[in-house]
Amino acid sequence: MNQNPHYTKHHPRWYRVRMPIFWWVHKWVHAKFILRELTSVAVAFYAMVLLFQIRAVAQGPEAYASFLAWHKTPVAIVLHAIAFLLVIFHSVTWFNLAPKALVVRLGKKRLPDFVIAASNYAAWAVFSAAVVWIILSN
Amino acid sequence: MPTTLTLEVFRYRPEAEAEPVLQSYEVPFRKDWVILDALNYIKDNLDGSLSYRWSCRMGVCGSCGMMVNGTPVLTCATFLEKYLPGPIRVEPLKNFPVVRDLVIEMNDFMRKLKRVKPWIIREEEKPLSEGEYLQTPAQLADYKQYSMCINCMLCYSACPIYGLEPSFTGPAAIALAQRYNFDNRDQGKKQRMEALAQDGGIWECTLVGECSVVCPKDVDPAGAIQRYKVASTNEWWKSLLMPWSKT
Repeated sequence: MNQNPHYTKHHPRWYRVRMPIFWWVHKWVHAKFILRELTSVAVAFYAMVLLFQIRAVAQGPEAYASFLAWHKTPVAIVLHAIAFLLVIFHSVTWFNLAPKALVVRLGKKRLPDFVIAASNYAAWAVFSAAVVWIILSN
Repeated sequence: MPTTLTLEVFRYRPEAEAEPVLQSYEVPFRKDWVILDALNYIKDNLDGSLSYRWSCRMGVCGSCGMMVNGTPVLTCATFLEKYLPGPIRVEPLKNFPVVRDLVIEMNDFMRKLKRVKPWIIREEEKPLSEGEYLQTPAQLADYKQYSMCINCMLCYSACPIYGLEPSFTGPAAIALAQRYNFDNRDQGKKQRMEALAQDGGIWECTLVGECSVVCPKDVDPAGAIQRYKVASTNEWWKSLLMPWSKT
């Protein structure tokens, strides 16, 4: 069976249109979707920062000091500010979509979507509070 | 309240023109008319050559899906009044080849539907003498939502992934696979997973979510696909950690 629907030997008269590269600019929901997908770059950025931090710690106090010094440069601060905003957007859209994937039943009733989303937000708040506590108690 | 309204209708007559054109028709405005009524008015009174599909006029058959002002809708369930003062642009469903005017070619969808085996699969059929397979209302509730699909293909038109990657099995077919997966009488989950965990299956979906927005029957195909991803991931972990267990 022909698996590629774009390729058909017959019916040359069917009218087909290819999707343009900028298909997503016309509708806000589509633009928001592309933006959400792009924010994963910021998530990757944070992962890289963490890896470099671990490497600096392993290399000793001098390397760690230069790692910290780089983070005080204006470039690093701007990069972090942008990445932070993008990661917030990423997290919020992710939590809002969580009820789509998670269907929890209590007895006969399905837990409403906002309960699932709210429990995600609550977990986020608890973990963030724990991180703040760890940082401040040092 | 206007007395007439303009419809800009997508015309494609392959024997006469290489590119489609928009043709304007002036139709009477009536509060109780839907887009399909206006198309029927055109066909009966203004231009008998206009081609489009329709049948039941009551949102059951799923034949009259079209793009109205860029959004896929059932034209039998969309009132003219919503688009005042017009004009209203009516085009064939997006992401499908157009055969003529508003008629699209749907074989690709029919083929994909068949691939997910949307019927009850039993490992072994029990003899008729043992009676029917019983089901409680709670078990029915598990899949009922997904069984409401009328195959109108609005979700395929709303899905940019299907437009970009035509091998994607697509929202309705995957939701219908789930309709049978969640049916307690069915034992075909594994066969369907084999068809859907590979290229063109559930992992093509990046959750744009528009399929569920346009669905006229509240099937929520986007939700069905995400639940499938969770199930597929669980199965993968299970086969990794407990290779001896039968899934």
